[in-house]
Amino acid sequence: MSAETIATIWAFLIATSVFLYVCMDGFDLGVGILFPWIRGQEDRDVSVNTIAPVWDGNETWLVMGGAGLFAVFPLAYATILPALYMPIILMLLALIFRGVSFEMRFRAATKGQLLAWDRAFSWGSYAATLCQGVALGAFVQGIEVEERAYAGGWWDWLTPFSCLTAGALVIGYGLLGACWLVWKTEGELQDQARALARWLGVLTLVAIALVSAIMPFLLPEFRARWFAFPAILAALPVPVLVAFLGWRMFKALGETDGHPWRDGLPFLCAIGLFFLAYTGLGISMWPMIVPPELTIWDAAAPRDSQLFLLVGAAVLIPVILAYTAYVYWLFRGKVKHGEGYH
Amino acid sequence: MLWDALPDALLLARIQFAFTVTFHFLFPAFTIGLASYLAVLEGLWLWTGRAAYLDIFRYWLKVFAVNFAMGVVSGIVLSYQFGTNWSVFADRTGPILGPLMGYEVLTAFFLEAGFLGVMLFGLGRVGKRLHFAATCLVAIGTLISGFWILSANSWMHTPAGYTIGPDGRFLPADWWAIVFNPSFPLRYLHTITGAYLTTAMIVGAVGAFHILRDRANERARIMFSMAMWMAATVAPAQAVFGDLQGLWALHHQPQKVAAMEGHWETQRGAPLILFGIPDMEREETRLKIEIPYLGSLILKHSLDGEVRGLKDFPPDQRPDNVPLVFWSFRIMVGIGCLMIALGAASLWLRWRGRLYDTSWFHKWAVAMGPSGLVAVTFGWITTEVGRQPYTVYGLMRTAESVSPIAAPAVAASLAAFVIVYFCVFGAGMWYLFRLVGKPPLPQEEGPRDDLPIRTAGITPAPSAQRTPARQPEPAE
Repeated sequence: MSAETIATIWAFLIATSVFLYVCMDGFDLGVGILFPWIRGQEDRDVSVNTIAPVWDGNETWLVMGGAGLFAVFPLAYATILPALYMPIILMLLALIFRGVSFEMRFRAATKGQLLAWDRAFSWGSYAATLCQGVALGAFVQGIEVEERAYAGGWWDWLTPFSCLTAGALVIGYGLLGACWLVWKTEGELQDQARALARWLGVLTLVAIALVSAIMPFLLPEFRARWFAFPAILAALPVPVLVAFLGWRMFKALGETDGHPWRDGLPFLCAIGLFFLAYTGLGISMWPMIVPPELTIWDAAAPRDSQLFLLVGAAVLIPVILAYTAYVYWLFRGKVKHGEGYH
Repeated sequence: MLWDALPDALLLARIQFAFTVTFHFLFPAFTIGLASYLAVLEGLWLWTGRAAYLDIFRYWLKVFAVNFAMGVVSGIVLSYQFGTNWSVFADRTGPILGPLMGYEVLTAFFLEAGFLGVMLFGLGRVGKRLHFAATCLVAIGTLISGFWILSANSWMHTPAGYTIGPDGRFLPADWWAIVFNPSFPLRYLHTITGAYLTTAMIVGAVGAFHILRDRANERARIMFSMAMWMAATVAPAQAVFGDLQGLWALHHQPQKVAAMEGHWETQRGAPLILFGIPDMEREETRLKIEIPYLGSLILKHSLDGEVRGLKDFPPDQRPDNVPLVFWSFRIMVGIGCLMIALGAASLWLRWRGRLYDTSWFHKWAVAMGPSGLVAVTFGWITTEVGRQPYTVYGLMRTAESVSPIAAPAVAASLAAFVIVYFCVFGAGMWYLFRLVGKPPLPQEEGPRDDLPIRTAGITPAPSAQRTPARQPEPAE
């Protein structure tokens, strides 16, 4: 295989890791985002129980994204992270609060402590999501690179567009979290989650429309991609698909006959919306990895490094996906009040 | 301006990395040993059917859950810090260190994170054997994780199997030579053994603490006995591994060993300096207490072997903080000697049949509780500060590795890390102390697998219900 082919494969693998991260940590961050709206301590405990056995594995995809970038696109790693210095550091700190509060809130000695850890969980989820959204916006807008190093200032990441993407991501993760709770819970909590999912569904569609409308005007490269003649034809079905998935999600949210598969359908539709938005982003960016300066081939590690890790990834990623699926299957079904994990 | 008073960005970035990595390693140093200990306990339970082993397993599983969570979140920070604060280093070493980190995530991180859920929540769901398999997978995951991380770290000390490209990047030439670089095998052994000893000291201290309170507590006696076997057998072995690693370092990084020993002049028949004050200005070690010839004997295994001193190297190739290397090394070795003494005393008391009723010994074991954590911390300071002024030894300087980030940004993030780490991990430590402050009892409750403990809503005071009713000790 040529170096170019391997770099292309890796670009897809890293993109897949990031997408898996967004979907999986997206719903458990979403549960934290919804926390202030979930009434009753019991319902809060149940919602945390739905994610407690899996959050750790979900977050590992973030580590995979970071380590993978370091391994196969070190130049991208070495320019994107300094450019997004503050949002990345804040995200890491927020994830610390959130990660430990899973364990701590169940060991709280007093009500005051429980409240403090609940807040750490919820505010940590908000802060981490906002930082990821800001980072996404700033990244898409472009990063200044000179002589293999970040050349911008340390406030460059803060722009109106990055604030928009931050808000959009909070809404989107909130939707994933609400749909997850619709799937994994029942009774009053599920009703609450349904109501939240409807609101967040509408807001998500608005956010997707806004970001999509602004995207082509950020960089000439994006404009060229979307407004060139044959490309625009390929882009046409995307709004149709978004509309279809949105419609299907609202329909499924309205059907409350308790069919076990139907409760999972809104979640699948929400994942579908994320997939479409993510694919759109990918089409805009391709083949840039640090827009607008570096392509995946500019930033690629030498062929030997990429191949060395690719051999392992080819064997291990399917294994990881298999046992991740197994763990999800093991903890399948509704999480009930007063049940914990039997 | 206040900003002008800040240290330069390089120093701040170094302090930040030192702080986050030191804090992080406290958790894996304990997790690695504890994961293996849990696997042994569950294995013993399955093999002997003795309920006490399950009780001890569950007792430490709760500690493990808290400790593991803190290790994960503080570890995620590190996987991004190479990029945020050391971007030039990341760009140039990425082709070599990146894949090693990538393999760590693929082979270990996912394994641990995936099966931790089963280990913590799944005993009632998957059955004993599969649960034991999950425990073993988590324990193996911690060992694999250490393998890759130590390999990457060792490569920075003894780079091998690389070429340097025209743009200054390190390019892989031989992966076998990179992964198994010269200092890796011993460093791995030394680190894992250190982690096992750290765990033994903590488990031993908790066991001793509860024996002091209630001499008849069978579970406390079992964990104490197991920990003391570990100390008695592994602490002396660790001294041998440490000595071997010192010999390797002498070969590959003579400046570091000279700084550890406080030797400035190259000499035959060098003494062993026990204590002293290395003075970097005057280039000598003042007020030293030394044993003649012993330095040469230890390092060269001959009385008149030549030992190189720091003055043999240009000042810009010497570690930039000799006293820190010198003292850290002594703290590590001193604690190691105390551990060996503790293990030896335990053997003697065991032989005399007084292991469980010698309270001065139990108090000593309690005092030794944090000693492993202190020793591994200072061991790392010795080796990492001793590698300075390089990040990749002899090839890439720390000063040329740092990101183009302005000092105020690095200072602000450093302050944020310090505050958050002390708050969050301080609270975590507090919970850990509370957990181990409770005695191990029969019918020890698992973290949350077979009692409806996760429904704090049904009770007014959530944690009050989580402590199982104290049950009378079985008569012995």
